[in-house]
Amino acid sequence: MQPEIILKMEGICKSFPGVRALDNVDFTLRRGEIHALMGENGAGKSTLIKILNGVYEKDAGRIVLEGRPVHFRSPQDAQKLGIGTVFQEIALCPNLTVAENMFIGRGWKALVNWKEMNKRAAEMLNSLGIPAGPTQELANCSIAVQQMIAIARAVDMDCKILILDEPTSSLDEDETQKLFALMRELQARGVGIIFITHFIDQVYEISDRITVLRNGRLIGEYLTAELPQIELVSKMMGKALSDVSAIKKHEPERSEESVPVFQAKALTSAAGVRPFDFTIQRGEVNGFAGLLGSGRSESVRAIFAADRVTGGEVRVNGRRVKIRKPLDAMKQGIGYLPEDRKNDGIIDELSVRDNIILALQVMKGFFRPLSRKQAEEFANQYVKLLDIKTPSLDTPIKSLSGGNQQKAILARWLLTHPMYLILDEPTRGIDVGTKVEIQKLVLKLAADGMSLTFISSEIDEMLRVCSRLIVMKDREIVGELRGEDLTEQNVMQMIAQGGELRCQS
Amino acid sequence: MSKLKSRFDRLSQLFLPLSVLVVLLMINLIKGADYFKITMINGVFYGNIPNILFGASELVILSIGMTLVSAAARGQDISIGESGAISSAIFVQYVLSAGEGVTIWTILAGFLISCAAGLVLGAFNGTLVSFFNVQPMVATLILFLGGRSIAFIIDGKVSPILANPISNQIGTVIPGVPIQTPIILTAVFIALVAVVLKTTNLRLYVEAVGINPSAARLNGINPKKVIFLTFLIMGVCSAVAGFIAVNKAGRHDSVNLLKFIMMDAILAVALGGNSLAGGKFSISGSIIGAYTIEVLNRTLLRLEVNPEAIKAFKAVFIIILMVIASPVVRDFARKVIDKAKVIGSGSPIRPAVPISARSAKKEE
Repeated sequence: MQPEIILKMEGICKSFPGVRALDNVDFTLRRGEIHALMGENGAGKSTLIKILNGVYEKDAGRIVLEGRPVHFRSPQDAQKLGIGTVFQEIALCPNLTVAENMFIGRGWKALVNWKEMNKRAAEMLNSLGIPAGPTQELANCSIAVQQMIAIARAVDMDCKILILDEPTSSLDEDETQKLFALMRELQARGVGIIFITHFIDQVYEISDRITVLRNGRLIGEYLTAELPQIELVSKMMGKALSDVSAIKKHEPERSEESVPVFQAKALTSAAGVRPFDFTIQRGEVNGFAGLLGSGRSESVRAIFAADRVTGGEVRVNGRRVKIRKPLDAMKQGIGYLPEDRKNDGIIDELSVRDNIILALQVMKGFFRPLSRKQAEEFANQYVKLLDIKTPSLDTPIKSLSGGNQQKAILARWLLTHPMYLILDEPTRGIDVGTKVEIQKLVLKLAADGMSLTFISSEIDEMLRVCSRLIVMKDREIVGELRGEDLTEQNVMQMIAQGGELRCQS
Repeated sequence: MSKLKSRFDRLSQLFLPLSVLVVLLMINLIKGADYFKITMINGVFYGNIPNILFGASELVILSIGMTLVSAAARGQDISIGESGAISSAIFVQYVLSAGEGVTIWTILAGFLISCAAGLVLGAFNGTLVSFFNVQPMVATLILFLGGRSIAFIIDGKVSPILANPISNQIGTVIPGVPIQTPIILTAVFIALVAVVLKTTNLRLYVEAVGINPSAARLNGINPKKVIFLTFLIMGVCSAVAGFIAVNKAGRHDSVNLLKFIMMDAILAVALGGNSLAGGKFSISGSIIGAYTIEVLNRTLLRLEVNPEAIKAFKAVFIIILMVIASPVVRDFARKVIDKAKVIGSGSPIRPAVPISARSAKKEE
C-alpha cells in the first residue's frame, strides 16, 4: 500500500542577496516516514526547512499540506498546522523544569495549573519512553534527554510533521540509539519526520527515503535501501568518489633518537585530566581516541594551556619551556583549533579578514598592527589556498557556512606557521566535501614537516589520517596503537577494555 | 569593490546620527536663517556652531571612553562624572597650592597629576569588573555614589575658585587664537585617539573580547587585561573632561561638575549605532552622537521650550530616535527597500543583487 502523502513542496525558489539558495526544488513527505534530507553545507537544506517551518517566506512555489495549499507567514502559522521543528542547538531553558519546558509559551493561561501540567507532562514522557521526570530541572538531564524533551514539546501539539535538524551531532552512540527509538515510536504513530544529519551511517540506519540537494537544486529522491552509500556521497558532492578514497597516509620516519617537537611529562590541568605523558615527532599526525568525555579534548587543551595547567613538564624541541597561557603556547609554535567552533573558534561579528589574521596579529603584539594591505594580502592568500567561499573579506564570518568558517579558523592557524597544530574535531558539522579537503590538507601539512594532533568522533576518519592513536578512557590514557594494530576493531576493544589489548597481543 | 562596500557599511551605521543631526540643524535653520552665521569678536569666532563644539567638548571626550568600555566590558561606566569631579578637584588643589606663581608648567603638572588620578579611578573600576567579574554598572555604582563626597573632601568642603589667567585661557580663549581652547583640546584628543587606534591593535582586541571573550582568550588575548585597559582609558577621558570642565567653570563645584553626564555619554554611544552589549564599535559614531545631543539641548533652548519642560521634550525625542534605530524598524525598512527593488527590477522571482552570484558562477 502506498503511504499517504502528507506534504508536497513544489517548485520552491528562494534567493538571498547575491545567492540563489533554492532553485525550483520539490520535496515530498509521506505519513509515517523518516525522510533524510541530505546535501553539503550550502546545498539549501536549512533554507528549505526554514521555508517549511515559516521562518523564511518563499519567493515562488507552493506548499501543499494534506491536500490543501498553505502559506506560512510565521513559525507560529506552521506550528498551528502541525509542523514542529527541533534544531541542533537545544532551545530550552535549562533552569526550568522538564514540564515547564514542555508547556512554556504554549498558550496556557496566565494561571498555571501546576498539577495538571505536571500530570500531562508525565503522561507524555511515559508514552514516548523518555527517561525524565516532569519536575526535574532540565539542566540535570543529559543532552540526549534534553533533545528528546525538545522533540516531545514539538510533538505535543498534534504534530504531523517533525523536522529534526542535526539532532544527533552532540550525542554519543548510546544516546543516539535512544533518540532513534523515539523517532521510530513517532513514526509508528504516523508522524512524518524530516531528518537532517551529516552522519551517513545514521541515515542508513533509520531513514526510509533520501532527498539529495546540491547547490540549491534537487538532485533526486531515493529509497534508502536502493541507494548505495558511495553513490549518495558522490551525488552530494557532485563528483566521482575516486578522490575521496585516494587519501594516502603519510608515515613519518620513525627514528627514535630524534628530539620530539613537543613532549609533555605528567601534564595535567584544572579541567580534570589525569597526568599524562605525550610526545609528537616532526611530521607526525597522531590522535586522541575515546568516547565523548573521555578526556581527549581536555588533554589537548592542557597542551595549549587553554585550561589552567596545574602540573607537569613541557619540552619543545627538547628545550624545557613554561606554557601557562595560550599565548605562551602560540609563541612556542603551537596552534589549536578548538572543538566548539561557535563558542571558542570564530569571533562571529568580525570580518573573515580579522578572523584569519587574529592569531598572527596577537603574536606580533599589541603595538604592531598589520597594515590593512598586509592583512588583506594574508587573508586573500589563504582564502584562495583553502578555497574559502566568502562574498568578500569584509563579510562577517557568521554569515559563512560551517565548513567555510572552519576553513577560516584553519587559515588563522596556518598563517602563524605553527610547528605543531592541534585540531580538535575540525570536521564536525561540516559537509563531506570539506571534510575530505581538511583530511587531505592535514596529510599534506604533515608531509611538509608539520606535526599535527587530529581528534575526531568518527574513528574511521582518524584511522585514515593518524599514524598513531592514543586511546583515552575516563580521563586517562589507556593505550596506544600504531602501524598494523591501527584498526577500528582494536580501537573499540581498547576503549571497551581499557588497555587490555596490549597484554593480549 | 569590497573596500567600497565596507565604506558604505560604515556610512550606513553613521546614517542615523548624521541624519538626526541634519534634521536638528534644519529645524534650527527654519527657526532663524542666520543659524550658521559665525561672527568674529575680538579675533575669536563665535556663533551657534562654535558654541555647540565648545559646549560638547567634555561629552565628546567621555563618549569616546564610554564607547570602548561598552565594547569590551559589555556594560557601562556610570561613574565618569564623579571620576572627573575627583580628578579635577586634585588638579585644582595642586594649582592652588602654587599660590600666586601659576605658570603653564603648574597647569601642565596639575593636569598630569589629575590624569594619574583618573588612571587610579579607572583601575579601581577596571579591577572590580575584570578581575572580580562585577557587572560594570554595579562596580561603577560605588564611585558614582561616593565620588562627589570624595571630591568635596579634597576641595576642603568649599568650592575653590581658579582665578589664574592660564586657567581662564584654557576655559575660554588664548589671545591670538581664533578658536576657543576647549574646542582645540577636544580636537587634539580625538586626533590622539585616532593615532592610538591606528598604531595599536586596540580595536581588534576590544572587539574580539566584546564579541567572544572565550575565543579571544584561545587566540592569546587576555580578556581581563583588555577590559581593564578600557577602564584605564575611560579614567583618562574622565580626567581630561574634568580638566576642561573645571577650567571652563573657573571654580570647582563638586556637586554639579559633570553631573549626570554619563547619561548623555551612554546615549551618545547608542546614538552612534553602537551596541551597549559589546562588540564592534564606531568611535566616530559616538562623537557624532555626542554633538547631536548638544545640538538637541541647544535646539530646545532656542525653540524657547520652558526650561522645566526641556527634559521631557528630550525624552520624547530620544524615544522616537530609539524606535527608529531599533532592529524591528530597521528590518522593516530593509524589507520595504528589498520589495521596492524587486518591483523596480520587474521580476518577482529574481530579486536583489545578481552581480555577486554571477561572479561566483564564473569562479566555478
